[in-house]
Amino acid sequence: MLDIQNLQVVFGTGRLRVDAVKDVSFHVEPGAAYGLVGESGSGKSTVLRAICGLAPITAGRVLVEGRAVTTPRGKDFYRTVQMVFQDPYASLHPRHTVDRTLSEPLAIHGEKDQEARILQALREVGLGPSFRFRYPHQLSGGQRQRIAIARALILRPKVLLLDEPTSALDASVQAEILNLLDDLRRKMGLTYILVSHDLAVVAHLCERLLVMRHGEAVEETTSEALRSGVASNAYTQSLIQASQGFTRDAKEPVRSLAG
Amino acid sequence: MTKPLLDVDDLRVRFHLRTGTVEAVRGVSFQLGRERLGIVGESGSGKSQTGRAILGLTPPPGEVTAKRLAFDGIDLLTASKRTLRTLRGGRISMVMQDPKYSLNPVMTIGEQIVEAYQAHAKAGRREARDRALAMLEAVKMRDPARVFSLYPHEVSGGMGQRAMIAMMLVTDPDLLIADEPTSALDVTVSMEVLRILDELVTERGMGLIFISHDLKLVSSFCDRVLVMYAGRVVEQLEAKNLREAQHPYTQGLMRCLPTLKDDVRPLPTLNRDPAWAQ
Repeated sequence: MLDIQNLQVVFGTGRLRVDAVKDVSFHVEPGAAYGLVGESGSGKSTVLRAICGLAPITAGRVLVEGRAVTTPRGKDFYRTVQMVFQDPYASLHPRHTVDRTLSEPLAIHGEKDQEARILQALREVGLGPSFRFRYPHQLSGGQRQRIAIARALILRPKVLLLDEPTSALDASVQAEILNLLDDLRRKMGLTYILVSHDLAVVAHLCERLLVMRHGEAVEETTSEALRSGVASNAYTQSLIQASQGFTRDAKEPVRSLAG
Repeated sequence: MTKPLLDVDDLRVRFHLRTGTVEAVRGVSFQLGRERLGIVGESGSGKSQTGRAILGLTPPPGEVTAKRLAFDGIDLLTASKRTLRTLRGGRISMVMQDPKYSLNPVMTIGEQIVEAYQAHAKAGRREARDRALAMLEAVKMRDPARVFSLYPHEVSGGMGQRAMIAMMLVTDPDLLIADEPTSALDVTVSMEVLRILDELVTERGMGLIFISHDLKLVSSFCDRVLVMYAGRVVEQLEAKNLREAQHPYTQGLMRCLPTLKDDVRPLPTLNRDPAWAQ
């Protein structure tokens, strides 16, 4: 479905040059969920942004359904690939109603039956028709993220890029959104790429994942392996340990992590 | 436990707004000795407002009332502004969530620590500088002298938060309130910051109030945990007995987190019972 080959993303030139992503490759099967894990600055979000055209592809190739993407991306691309952003407080237009937010992609792509599609999209994410004419400030964080997911799904894409979809939400709301994403994937046969710093969230939603650090791929592994605690890489080990919570007698973490 | 360091009885924080009165904290009571107390709750549960009210940092138009709000025998509600000023930052200090916003961007880190120290101790510049450097070393900065002269934008989030902790502890407070001190940091970095905080608190025998939304983290870090929901404490328990939590809200909070160990699908969600807020 999605093939990333030797992707490299560079921002700036000369002294200001930043190599955000260095030679990252992975492959995602149709219907699979693939995770990208790492700390901030590891380049995991940049990979997503490069896929959907929000960051430049300096070198390497991104193939969707076997075809290399064009820059700028065409309408076809956005019918296949859509993105859900981290912070639903920032990603929805504060002065647009839910109805307007959801009808915009339909208008851009010249879709008919707007009303029916919007109501259906709301139903799919577990919200009633009463939410249609609300503004984002009249919604809770979880409801906003549901709207953001509805907006991404309304064009019936095949791939959903999820950039930390639950990290701005409370734990109980996070569970609801994760269940929703799980359900939607099963029902619609979607392909996910999930970016998160939370190993447990990635292991829950994805079958395979890539651990990234400083723009490089550290290790590709499976959630099965994570669950059984098998990680060949010391960095992955330290991430697993950190996700278990605070321990008084823990060994010193990998030294180079410190600021 | 002899005399408690902090005694809070029936603390209430109200905001009188145009649309009516919102009660953010509704009758919170607890006592704190020289121990680590965690306050856990989701957004809007009033956990941060509880921490702020203790320091008298409730933003206007908020109103704070309590039957008793005393720190080491001093009534914080009737104390003069002057007394409060000497307490704040001196004997009680607070670490905020994000070092990006809580450090002064136009002062070097060292200057800020020196300023905090001199505001509470009669000390010359040289002594204050030595204290600041010693403190930066205590929070495990690798090159204290270099960090001393750096501006906040020149350091990473983890270093900024350690600098913040250094600044808050340089006056040797009796009570430290940490409001989500690590939620702006990466997991691996936050473990290191917590380890440093833990060492310093234990070493100096301070009281600590650790406010967080992360139940698992709090229970592994603190001695005792208060669970807040809708402005009330719904459960109070020893951290090590967290597994035996009685209240459905606490149980729900624990269960709804995905874990690496087992694969539960779908994740149990929280059915909020309106009775919990009563």
